[in-house]
Amino acid sequence: MPTYHLPTLPYPYDALEPHFDEETMRIHHTKHHQTYITNLNNLLSDQPTLNTLSVEEVVAKLSHLPAEKRKGVRNHGGGHANHSFFWRNLTPSSTNSTLSGELKVAIESTFGSVDAFQQVFEKAATTVFGSGWAWLILSPEGELRVVTTANQDSPLMGESIAGPGTEGRPILALDVWEHAYYLRYRNVRPDYIKAYWSVVSWDFAAEQFALAKGQLEAAL
Amino acid sequence: MSTTMLKTTSALRAAVRNSAPLTTRAAAFSTTSAVQQKATLPDLKCKHPISGLEIGDDYNALEPAISGKIMELHHSKHHQTYVTSYNAAQEKLGDALAKGDIASAIATQPLVNFHGGGNLNHTLFWENLAPKSQGGGEPPKGALAKSIDGHYGSLDAFKEKFNTALAGIQGSGWAWLVQDVDTGSLSIRTYANQDPVVGKFHPLLGVDAWEHAYYLQYENRKAEYFKAIWDVINWKKAEERMK
Repeated sequence: MPTYHLPTLPYPYDALEPHFDEETMRIHHTKHHQTYITNLNNLLSDQPTLNTLSVEEVVAKLSHLPAEKRKGVRNHGGGHANHSFFWRNLTPSSTNSTLSGELKVAIESTFGSVDAFQQVFEKAATTVFGSGWAWLILSPEGELRVVTTANQDSPLMGESIAGPGTEGRPILALDVWEHAYYLRYRNVRPDYIKAYWSVVSWDFAAEQFALAKGQLEAAL
Repeated sequence: MSTTMLKTTSALRAAVRNSAPLTTRAAAFSTTSAVQQKATLPDLKCKHPISGLEIGDDYNALEPAISGKIMELHHSKHHQTYVTSYNAAQEKLGDALAKGDIASAIATQPLVNFHGGGNLNHTLFWENLAPKSQGGGEPPKGALAKSIDGHYGSLDAFKEKFNTALAGIQGSGWAWLVQDVDTGSLSIRTYANQDPVVGKFHPLLGVDAWEHAYYLQYENRKAEYFKAIWDVINWKKAEERMK
């Protein structure tokens, strides 16, 4: 009995043109993301204590899984969590999404300027070897940080899995697997990365930032 | 065939390959830093001196298994980028070692590994592909055929295992038929990203499972690509590589 479902895209497949093409959005959502979900459901079908949790909770609890399931859930659970976040982190090209408020202040104070932040983010996204993601996260210490993860690893998984310094709450996410850009951008990943700024939802990022800060404060 | 593209002095090669302390590598590099061999993109149109097999001057030669558009991008863009980046990384590493800047040398090594590996892997890949008209897809003979039957039961059983390995790669990587350098025994191994087959294993035959290798033609249907590529696998090359 499937527990995880493909979330509806919050906009039509062509809404991010000309930056993210319709065909890629369609295949990315209906094929790649769906496949992660199908495989995740199969893997967790016999894990009743885990498959009632949200996928974000599952990927934070990979160590609770039997050893033989961990790799698969890391990949497919990570894929489901990452892509679910990604679709909401994007917004139609026609939206005039602008960075403002507390997130803008925090970015400027951490990186010097919004431009400087974007350069750091672009460099990180460009230099991922192979498949992975670039993130802006809020670390457990309350700092904004640009990090990258390999394959379908997520900042929600913790350092021992996703790598040193990667742990935190995602604010921004960019998929740099080739399937995310190859049809339109071919091998020119930097052009795809630049296009991201035209479709990123700063409203969603600001929301995530506020939520993340709230969670940190509540924990103190 | 530009097999010279990866020729380095044996001192350099030995220093890079073994786990000698950095000072030994520094010595090897400092004597050769002035004559680092720049890598160049191997020509696809290469006639092998023994087998006479060649992909030809036509990027479409491997159709319908692999489209001309993919071959063109894969060779002239992706592989070229590995070559260019490897040369840059190699120079950076050489400079750092010559200066005795250990931290910079170590920081540059992932770039050397990634781009050097990418260069190596793709060079081997083009060699182990061939159009049908040039023997692509023809089953192996001789010692390799015997060994495959011995290890896997049959060529079909081997292909199934190999394709399962390919399908199991998470993210980017390669699957290789390799030989154990000590025992000559065959096995199928997968390597992540551009990690090359070095050390304990010797590569016989590789298949690129990075999305760029198939996406324009097969999209997410990678199983179809893995099935189709056997029509253009150059088994003669794998036989030659066997030790």
